Amino acid sequence: MSGLVLSRRGFIQSAGALTLAFSLAPPSLAAEPAKLPGSLANNRMLDAWVRINGDGTVTISTGKVELGQGILTALEQIAADELDVDPKRITLISGDTAQTPDEGFTSGSQSIEYSGIALRYACAEVKQMLLDLAAKRMDLPHGNYAATVEDGTISFSGKSVTYWELAGAVDLHREAMAGFVPRSPQGLRHIGKSAPRVDIPAKVTGGASYVQDLRLPGMLYGRILRPPSYGAELVAFEEARVRALPGVVAVVRDGRFLGVVAEREEQAIAARDELARAAQWREPTSLPKPEDIQSYLRSLPAEDHVVSSKDGAPAAARSTLEATYTRPYTAHASIGPSCAVAQMKDGALTVWTHSQGVFPLKRDLAKALEMDVAKIRCVHAQGSGCYGHNGADDVALDAALLARAANGRPVKVQWMRDDEFGWEPFGPAMSVKLKASLDDVGKIVDWAHDVWTNTHSMRPEKEGCNLLAAWHLAQPKAPGKPGIIPQPAGGGDRNAVPLYDFPRQKVTHHFISEMPIRVSALRALGAYANIFAIESFMDELARTAKVDPVEFRMRYLNDPRASAVVQAAASHAGWQPNLPGGTGKGRGIGFAKYKNLSAYLAVVVEVEMDRASGATRLVRATAAIDAGQVINPDGLINQTEGGIIQAASWTLKEQVLFNPQHIVSRDWSRYPILTFPEVPAIDVVVLDRPSEKSLGAGEAAQGPTAAAIANAIAHATGLRLRDLPLTPERIKAAFG
Amino acid sequence: MADGIELTVNGKTRRVPAAPDTPLLYVLRNDLALNGAKFGCGLSQCGACTVLVDGKPVRSCSYPIEEAAGKPITTIEGLGTIEKPHPLQAAFIEEQAAQCGYCINGMVMTAAGLLARNPRPSDGDIRQALANNLCRCGTHVRILHAVARAAREMAR
Repeated sequence: MSGLVLSRRGFIQSAGALTLAFSLAPPSLAAEPAKLPGSLANNRMLDAWVRINGDGTVTISTGKVELGQGILTALEQIAADELDVDPKRITLISGDTAQTPDEGFTSGSQSIEYSGIALRYACAEVKQMLLDLAAKRMDLPHGNYAATVEDGTISFSGKSVTYWELAGAVDLHREAMAGFVPRSPQGLRHIGKSAPRVDIPAKVTGGASYVQDLRLPGMLYGRILRPPSYGAELVAFEEARVRALPGVVAVVRDGRFLGVVAEREEQAIAARDELARAAQWREPTSLPKPEDIQSYLRSLPAEDHVVSSKDGAPAAARSTLEATYTRPYTAHASIGPSCAVAQMKDGALTVWTHSQGVFPLKRDLAKALEMDVAKIRCVHAQGSGCYGHNGADDVALDAALLARAANGRPVKVQWMRDDEFGWEPFGPAMSVKLKASLDDVGKIVDWAHDVWTNTHSMRPEKEGCNLLAAWHLAQPKAPGKPGIIPQPAGGGDRNAVPLYDFPRQKVTHHFISEMPIRVSALRALGAYANIFAIESFMDELARTAKVDPVEFRMRYLNDPRASAVVQAAASHAGWQPNLPGGTGKGRGIGFAKYKNLSAYLAVVVEVEMDRASGATRLVRATAAIDAGQVINPDGLINQTEGGIIQAASWTLKEQVLFNPQHIVSRDWSRYPILTFPEVPAIDVVVLDRPSEKSLGAGEAAQGPTAAAIANAIAHATGLRLRDLPLTPERIKAAFG
Repeated sequence: MADGIELTVNGKTRRVPAAPDTPLLYVLRNDLALNGAKFGCGLSQCGACTVLVDGKPVRSCSYPIEEAAGKPITTIEGLGTIEKPHPLQAAFIEEQAAQCGYCINGMVMTAAGLLARNPRPSDGDIRQALANNLCRCGTHVRILHAVARAAREMAR
């Protein structure tokens, strides 16, 4: 707030709520730039976010993009409330490098926390500017007037003027000062309500919703033939037989990048099949043995970072437990394979993409194509849900490389199913070793957490070029160096620091640079495995201490909001303390505050085991979530239900299969996910806290759900399973 | 190929310039500009491409147009519109039964096939009917509610 003087000058009566009017002194020139909230900090101009149009509409721009999480609906609610306009007047532009703020990636459950808060401040300020301008026109004393605003119409006693009449006169091309506090919870009409998603009607009636649905005049269709494995070399290629096929417009070969462009989509697919027959590869044996993957990764050189330590007075330990938990490589496994449309015309490239970060993508495209970044525009269009860094960015480069051979015509490229499963960057395999000591009254006196992992982000960013095809070109571009994401958010060590209050602890992140399998960001990053491990281990300790798992957790939670979600989940699930186990039916709990910064979530899962097959039946999941001030309760519930089901799928069924040459799981039969008959009933309780700041929530369920399932299986069977996924085969083997 | 094949889609007959073995999906999407059916796997595994042929759900990604010729084809566009949605579409909106929504075409069309043969399905019936339709966002519970709601509405 430096450089900013606030003084209360009067009251503005506004649509059922009271708005305070403030006078703003311009920041002095010598002052440091004021620290602005959320993404305003890096995108400081008001008109980058808000435009008031003479035709009675409002244009809102955001760098965040719709991934199926409902963000555009939530941002529209925010803008409608802060501007006092009907949501129907609002047009949202999102993720366009020619039009919107650069907000990096839409990732990490940060869109409400960054874009949402930026819009709240920007819209509040714009509304105030419009009020001041209106008052001036009415010759009302500056800062001393009463006005109501109803859907963009400002009324003073007897006179009124609309935003749209003022649109030409208000200059929004200036830096935000963020001096206007967004509305208090009492005055809100849209925030906090379950507004229906703006995109769903089109999605259930065949509207054009996705980049896959984009049809441009003269558009061609492209397909890529990838090498059979990461290290395969192209030793022979008979291009002519592909070129001879009907409809083929171009065959592109650059190093070991092979692609084809055709008039019709089915012709492009047929030509891809022919490419496969026309290419001969030499495949090295370059991958580790799958059965040894965890020990192989732990044998690699690692950078060790102690990310948390507490040195309370040592206490006598009566018992010490140690256990190691693992997760395999996990796929994003989007239902729709990645897709992009690219057009190269007059030296300029336009790419329509479902990337999570159009600005970083643009910069990496410039490197890969050796183009001036100013000649590239990336425009977001929705894709299938991605849940992190899937093939979205890679296919954008594929489309651009093919567009260069298309004489100015646009080219749509969609990956085939095996492209997606074979080449997407997976969520990394991880192992977590936990060690803790209990004293003679069953209290945890010492705690150690060691996590071994690769990086959790190889997105297009800063140095290097992180687009797949760039590595296969005759003049390949090197990928960036893998790096850590620092605490407190963390990457592989996300949520490795327990929220529980222990007197002594040491948390060590063993960061492994070498990546035998391609990896990057998958929903929740390392939090999934770290929380699975911590919350499983808490149950193991509780059992040793002979204390009910809910009660055991409560003893170490100092944060009342954390205790509240644990209690709410337990009570809504009808948790009976100290219920005897081993009956074939069981229940378990898992808890975390995502990133130790975002939403609090606890979930109770009930299971029934089939001893003969080893199968786990999920009966019910009951979750409680506290995401601070909730923008859209139904959107939050939808995301939480989805997170629970997806995490249950990861936990019970999923692992990427590979052999020493290549990825083996390349279709849904080799990478099964949870299906309708396997999905539990779900109940989500929202603990709304309108006076607390909004917290990111989209990834909060992943870790707690995994642990709750493992704990429920342990309760039902007495078997503690520590290696994901918890397949029937593994459970059966554990039964012996 | 030169002559193409006549297809009757959502009540309209059109000649499409595609080879007889072309999967129906590409003709619907690219020649007829119908967005609903989606490419998911090309292997009949995920269901995103489901349409009705002769009232029965088929996987259009691997259903050749020569087999579809002469039979009525219904896509999600043929069920209803935003202004006048089919009870299934209305129920999916009412239940907010989508996240990314990419699979939803298949859910709606498979459910349409189910409700045609079983107007009063149990929860178990709906789960079985959708057992081979994949959703990755985890919208299953809402989809089940939406299909049950549509069945109730249609029975009125």
